[in-house]
Amino acid sequence: MIENVLPAIYLLASVGFILAVKWMNNPATARRGVIIGEIGMLLAVIGTLLRPEVVEYRWILVGLAIGSAIGAPLAYLMPMTAVPQLTALSHAFGALASALIGTAEFYKGEIPLGFPMGALVLESLLGFLTTTASIIAFAKLQELMPTRPMTYKGQNVVSLSMLTAAIVIGGWMVAAPAPTWAFPAFIALSMGFGIMLVIPIGGADMPTVIALLNSYAGVAAAAMGFVLNNRLLIIAGALNGSAGLILSIIMCKAMNRSFTNVLFGAFGQLATAVAGTAAQRPVRSATPDEAASILDSARTVIVIPGYGMAVAQAQHKIRELYDALSKRGIDVRFAIHPVAGRMPGHMNVLLAEADIPYDRLIEMDEINGDFPQTDVALIIGANDVTNPAARTDHSSPIFGMPILEAHKARTVLVVKRSMAAGYAGLDNDLFYLDKTMMIFGDAKKVVEDIIKALH
Amino acid sequence: MQSYEFGLYVFMLAAFLGFELVKRVSPLLHTPLMSLSNAISAIAVVGAILISGEKDASTLQRILGFIAVVCATLNVVAGYLITDRMLKMFRKREPEKK
Repeated sequence: MIENVLPAIYLLASVGFILAVKWMNNPATARRGVIIGEIGMLLAVIGTLLRPEVVEYRWILVGLAIGSAIGAPLAYLMPMTAVPQLTALSHAFGALASALIGTAEFYKGEIPLGFPMGALVLESLLGFLTTTASIIAFAKLQELMPTRPMTYKGQNVVSLSMLTAAIVIGGWMVAAPAPTWAFPAFIALSMGFGIMLVIPIGGADMPTVIALLNSYAGVAAAAMGFVLNNRLLIIAGALNGSAGLILSIIMCKAMNRSFTNVLFGAFGQLATAVAGTAAQRPVRSATPDEAASILDSARTVIVIPGYGMAVAQAQHKIRELYDALSKRGIDVRFAIHPVAGRMPGHMNVLLAEADIPYDRLIEMDEINGDFPQTDVALIIGANDVTNPAARTDHSSPIFGMPILEAHKARTVLVVKRSMAAGYAGLDNDLFYLDKTMMIFGDAKKVVEDIIKALH
Repeated sequence: MQSYEFGLYVFMLAAFLGFELVKRVSPLLHTPLMSLSNAISAIAVVGAILISGEKDASTLQRILGFIAVVCATLNVVAGYLITDRMLKMFRKREPEKK
């Protein structure tokens, strides 16, 4: 009897996951998507517990309880600015689970050589490398490690030979019974490559990397589906794998860079050398009072938030500014660059947290045409994504990257801590335009002062 | 048809479906989408339960399986809860009170 019900439960769980992703396309249905996804997961767990071959429940139930007891406070207590870190950490745990299951299956010794063993090797490789890579990404995002890219000579050679060695050992295990040292060596190499993969990656490239790790975790789960001959795992893993992949492609496009360039390019280091040669040029600076009167006389304002806003936790103050300006009948919108922040869509979440209506958050392609008719572009903690050199200067390392065309607005106000270069280490020509005024200081403090001056 | 061959077809179709669905997700929701798919990838919990619940499992298998259950559950719970917490914040403009 139960054997007939089980496939139906798994099928329903798959439908739940597919609908969950589908309903994410619209903020109005997204929460329903989460609920159906939760139901899908619940069905998957119950369906698995009911399987006749699962007989030993004690430790499973303890494990489920411990996992929930750690996971729930983690999700509720983390501040919203820490979402990228939390996601990275969560990836690490999911990937570690896949990797350990692969290891357990391997030592059970019942996996035939050839295709099933190939799937197991892929599962373990991706599982272990995603675990260590996500931990490094977490450490960088949490600033336990320097966020600047760390590079050394011959880095790419070292990491690629680690990957190659892992693949060679993996291939050996697929083709013939390998000696006992092979699997531990394979694990060590996979984990080592994961570390090497993320160490040279700087903060601003994190969105791409997190999306890519997400994709790996999915493919690892799908590979596990092939090992265990479980279609639910294959479907959920494939959905997740393609979701991660497409997000990282979107991120790469938004920076006009290729995957290989993000992973092996070590962008930041290269560019700092260029910045050193930039001559000191005069900028116009303004006080928050002056900024307030400029904003007060504007009719249309576009705010461009960047990672600096997240660092300063300025989103709530920005919301107050938004309210104050809206009350005066000024049209305020927010221009969101796809790679602003540390993970895809990071700015949207922070602004939504501050209760700014989401129909005010406009994508780059949609809002770029409106800058010439905009009175004030207010840039808060963003830099490279507004650098006009990406459009005009062929020699610039970011040439070709799509930017928010703030320089076309009538007046540009830039809130920035100092004249220090942005992530790419480049000078931003926008800051030296006649119509640009720099307001130096902590974003939160400056916005607060502007609000005070408005009253 | 061998079972893994069938599995490959399932994988291919699900991957294409995933591409089509995710392409339609507005950039507004990219972060919640990421944490949702992160939660879904914790479907590894199924494998973890199967491994640790087997009748004649070795001690190593039980230990690895147990750790995997904890990790995957953590991933599921944290993933879904944080997604929901984020989505709760996305609000449309309230009708203007004048």
